[in-house]
Amino acid sequence: MDDILRVENVSFRYDDEDVLQHINFHIPKGAFVGLVGPNGSGKSTLLKCILRLLKPQTGQIFLFGTPIEQFKDWHKIGFVSQKANSFNTGFPATVYEVVASGLTGKLGLFRRLNKRDEKAVYEAIDAVGMGPFIRRNIGELSGGQQQRVFIARAIVSQPEFLILDEPTVGVDVHHVQSFYDMLERLNKQHHMTLLLVTHDIGTITEKVTHVACLNKHLHFHGSVQQFAQLKTEDLASFYGHHLHLLAHDHA
Amino acid sequence: MLEALFQYEFLQNAFIVGILIGFIAPLLGVFIVVRRLSLIADALSHVTLAGIAASLLVQKKFLTFATLNPIYIGMAFSVVGSLFIEKLRTVYKHYQELAIPIILSGGIGLSVIFISLADGFNTDLFSYLFGSVSAVSTTDVWTISIIFFIVLTVIFLFYKEWFILSFDEEYAQASGVKVKSLHFVFIVLVALVIAASMRIVGILLVSSLMTLPVAASIRIAKGFKQALWLSVIFGELAVIVGLFLSYYLNLAPGGTIVLLAVCILIGAIMWKKWKRG
Repeated sequence: MDDILRVENVSFRYDDEDVLQHINFHIPKGAFVGLVGPNGSGKSTLLKCILRLLKPQTGQIFLFGTPIEQFKDWHKIGFVSQKANSFNTGFPATVYEVVASGLTGKLGLFRRLNKRDEKAVYEAIDAVGMGPFIRRNIGELSGGQQQRVFIARAIVSQPEFLILDEPTVGVDVHHVQSFYDMLERLNKQHHMTLLLVTHDIGTITEKVTHVACLNKHLHFHGSVQQFAQLKTEDLASFYGHHLHLLAHDHA
Repeated sequence: MLEALFQYEFLQNAFIVGILIGFIAPLLGVFIVVRRLSLIADALSHVTLAGIAASLLVQKKFLTFATLNPIYIGMAFSVVGSLFIEKLRTVYKHYQELAIPIILSGGIGLSVIFISLADGFNTDLFSYLFGSVSAVSTTDVWTISIIFFIVLTVIFLFYKEWFILSFDEEYAQASGVKVKSLHFVFIVLVALVIAASMRIVGILLVSSLMTLPVAASIRIAKGFKQALWLSVIFGELAVIVGLFLSYYLNLAPGGTIVLLAVCILIGAIMWKKWKRG
């Protein structure tokens, strides 16, 4: 089984609103997949299903060939969420402490960091270029720096599969490019499989190997070369009436 | 006072309990404050009051229970209250803070009823409201010592899980941390420590011992571990100096301790300002 992730016929609804309908797709080992779609297209919901934070009403999800209900190796998966959502900027924690917390799942209960784990923490912090800030409190850093710290937290356990949910929201424009370069490096040099969720089609097509377009249904799923051959009309129909909304986001 | 400390058992008891509480209340308080749950301590202290009032009522009406230590029923009420809060927080997912006024007013309502059934206030209840140095018994010392060791053991064993749970609950869940059970253990410990603390600082001021030293420490701490240690140091400082002062000046210990904690907090804020220049 070479698929890192397999999603089979997954549907999800909140109360009476369909968010995901019959989603089928898979991610082969070593791929860098860009999952794109307009706001409200169910991207984050799909991620939450993959991370077991939500349970789909129908369908099945396999991680590393194992049904998600039986999957235990969560340390093989790294997760970077939309920064703005889930943390308190006044939290008194240093960059080191935040990154070290990425080892919690891997270590399991009752085990503390040993010398090797500490070394891994330093390496992850260096890999994202945050070495000089290691003793600073996370709240004192800029949005882009904080996001680098969260990447370090996600890669410190050396996951095989890294999931990123709109990681560049709130990161200033000239840092976005170097951020994507870093992801490309993780994919090519460290052979990490990546799933990047974004509503920004333009920037990612240079970096990713596969693209999946989601808007409640999966409209397209294939290699980036196939994606490049899609006509503008196809894209417009996929984005539908959300197209102007997207343009507004970029303003 | 040192002489008196060796001479009177009640003073020794008060100091032992004070030192234990001054350690664990701010320690747990750090986790409470960073998770923005500060008001939970207030709600639970009022539920504890209902337990104390119930216990005093039972003591008065049934002589067989005359020697029952009210701290036990207070703890039971506090723990049950904490479970109710958790339930309400899941019922009102989008209004999580609503659980706090519901439990708080429920606790006061119950207390008032128990107090009126017992034909009004007595001095015993007064000492629970505002804290008392002379009222600490040997059973209190034992009970609170046990709670002290439970709290320290749990924090030592689950430190990294609680850290990640406090910092980023969604991430904790995604890393396979058992968020629900850890939170359950946490809230039960908070309930126990609140019931234990009321002896010295009094029910109305318990929450301050969990929040004021923490509020001071997070102004100046670099990192989470430092925040934990500074909170404990500030907590102990307030409790020990407060007990001395209240004994000498014949003041209510709860009020003295809390005012000292407020002074420390002001000091921390000014220090930070001065350092920034």
